[in-house]
Amino acid sequence: MAWTRKLLRVNLTAGTCTEEALNMTWANDYLGQRGLATRYLVEEIDPQCDPLGPDNKFIMATGPLTGTNASTGGRYSCLCKSPLTNTLACSNSGGFFGAEMKFAGWDMIIFEGKSAGPVYLNVENDKAELLSADALWGKSVWEADKILRSTHQDPQIRIAAVGRSAEEGNLYAAVVNDLHRAAGRSGVGTVMASKNLKAVVIRGTKGIANVADPKTFMDTVAAGKAVLAENPVTGQGLPTYGTQVLMNVINEVGAMPTRNMRETQFEGAAEVSGEAMHEPRKSDGKPNLTTNGACYACTIACGRISTIDRTHFSVKDKPEYWIASGGLEYEAAWALGPDTGVDDIDALTYVNFLCNEDGMDPISFGSTVAAAMELFEEGAITTEHTDGVELKFGSAEALCWAAEMTAKGEGFGKDIGLGSKRLCEKYGRPELSMTVKGQEFPAYDPRGIQGMGLAYATSNRGACHLRGYTVASEILGIPEKTDPLETAGKPGLVKAFQDATAAVDSAGLCVFTTFAWTMDDIAPQVDAACEGDWSTERMMEVGERIWNMERAFNLAAGVGGDQDTLPARLLSEEANSGPAKGKVAGLGDMLPEYYELRGWNSDGTLTDATKEKFGLPA
Amino acid sequence: MQKSLHIDPGKCTGCLQCETACSLENEAMFNPSKSRIKVFTFHDEGRFVPYTCTQCDEAWCMQACPVDAIVLNPSNGSKDVLSDVCVGCKVCTIACPFGTINYNADTGKVIKCDLCGGDPACATACPTDAISYIDANATGLDKMRAWAAKTDNASNA
Repeated sequence: MAWTRKLLRVNLTAGTCTEEALNMTWANDYLGQRGLATRYLVEEIDPQCDPLGPDNKFIMATGPLTGTNASTGGRYSCLCKSPLTNTLACSNSGGFFGAEMKFAGWDMIIFEGKSAGPVYLNVENDKAELLSADALWGKSVWEADKILRSTHQDPQIRIAAVGRSAEEGNLYAAVVNDLHRAAGRSGVGTVMASKNLKAVVIRGTKGIANVADPKTFMDTVAAGKAVLAENPVTGQGLPTYGTQVLMNVINEVGAMPTRNMRETQFEGAAEVSGEAMHEPRKSDGKPNLTTNGACYACTIACGRISTIDRTHFSVKDKPEYWIASGGLEYEAAWALGPDTGVDDIDALTYVNFLCNEDGMDPISFGSTVAAAMELFEEGAITTEHTDGVELKFGSAEALCWAAEMTAKGEGFGKDIGLGSKRLCEKYGRPELSMTVKGQEFPAYDPRGIQGMGLAYATSNRGACHLRGYTVASEILGIPEKTDPLETAGKPGLVKAFQDATAAVDSAGLCVFTTFAWTMDDIAPQVDAACEGDWSTERMMEVGERIWNMERAFNLAAGVGGDQDTLPARLLSEEANSGPAKGKVAGLGDMLPEYYELRGWNSDGTLTDATKEKFGLPA
Repeated sequence: MQKSLHIDPGKCTGCLQCETACSLENEAMFNPSKSRIKVFTFHDEGRFVPYTCTQCDEAWCMQACPVDAIVLNPSNGSKDVLSDVCVGCKVCTIACPFGTINYNADTGKVIKCDLCGGDPACATACPTDAISYIDANATGLDKMRAWAAKTDNASNA
């Protein structure tokens, strides 16, 4: 059946850890991970609650395939109400932590309340205890990891932790596991830290022995692995260049958001591309990229393991950064690079290290710095605010300075930690914030990839590429090519991607598999692992149910159809170069049809018929 | 032809497919903590290294076992633990210079790689050929070929 059928409930106010049976009725309707944990949140928290108060809950959740050897079957998600968007937050991470949770015998950990002082949760199979984190508070994720390994003297523990940015209230703080994999978006780390919970340490030796039909499961897993190996994107592009394979591609199609989305192509894209990461540098002849690394059970291995040039200004006096660690992925490279106008790959790698070290979402961080740079150029922010730093587009020094300050929550870093929306409001220019529902955009300009405009506007966690990645179809032709500059047909495309992704996430798999896999590759693996009949149709129905449930939560939280929009810049300022020149985001052409396809009212609320169809909680 | 496991750490991505396949084959569960092959990550260097028993001819573990619970499998050269004979004394774990035979506290017996009887699950599961099962007499062939390809013997024609 692949679920452990157990969850761990940790009451941080009372200091208790309690075992509870997993609600299998819900598991049948919502599968696991994203879907199932959302069902628990909907049941257990008030959508109107203060995201940083004790009434919010924080859930770490695995899927039924997490911990199996299905390719990429190691994902877990962190869920809560987001302090950045006030919507539901659900951030997915790879690495090895999720699988370890499963090996320890837990599908899910629910944290509730708030601890009086800093604590961390230590789990060793059935045994769970809250321990003092006094020695960890005020430390980065990387330092905390070292201390915990020294304390526990077990090299095989897996650790997820928050950094100093989260402790200081940075609104886009991440939960970082295995040093450089992150549940990055929407401030899930902020919520974890708000509960005085610094880290979760897990050691699991029980394993997973209850796959429903092991023989069929292994056959479907082998077939799935073969499909990934033979596909040019998952078999060659991603292992060789990582997601950074996209940098030059997206720039060429004119969908590269540049300098806070003022432009749609970046002249320095090649300098910070996946290809550039392979180029030997002058100082030591080594490339930026050391090797590619995989998350648990992943046969794609898109992860970048990189080093920074030791002679680079950012690290020349800091030998602690002369190591190999998690390198640039496309979204991070974009936010730190093209969006700030910086084309210095070592500066970007350094800042990426800092984002991992202290748990910041590099997308939101980079986009917020980009907004700050525009505010600086407009004169709304001056050197008086920045301790004399010239916060100009293209300045690698300013970017590195901003990262150091924000990672520790010091000085102007406090302002950057507010995120783009609150920063631009504070300095009187809200129109300069490139956000939806308060969350910063990722790396695809909707003027050049029209479907993404609708995907951003309707994403249940604010602007995001991982809720409906129509780039796959519009640019890469997966599963079939559509014209990125056309809006026709996109509402159906966005809906299909959104529903499928919700199901993939909830299984415990990585959405990158869907460059090669269709639901017909995924459903048989779920079907063989889990009891009951898990057809492609049922997976899509589960995905759609999850999407509607998330939407219902957001509506109840006060985030409605009026926020299904894009910044005026994207709706009215034309792309100024490239294939999309002259285009604006055609959201208005798509949104009404999308609502109709969803079975929603014209104001974006759910109809009673839709609620009933999916059996959503009242 | 005798075959042996051949490991090329340079190809390893650290995905642990080998560990899950090993534990499934030998323990009927996905459980890296019970795997006979282990992948070690040297984070600061960006290196992943799979490591397991090399099936020594003069196997220290086999020599040290006081109850003859470790025996040669003549079909593939592996040294196999007879778990109904093993008394769990752990002397073999001390004798092995490489640490590749280990005690399993759940069963009170030792566990080590037995090449899955001649079809190692780790090699089958490995997505990058970092682990392969090849002719024991020519494990260096690929490396020789790679070096041979680098020699500068282009003709002047």
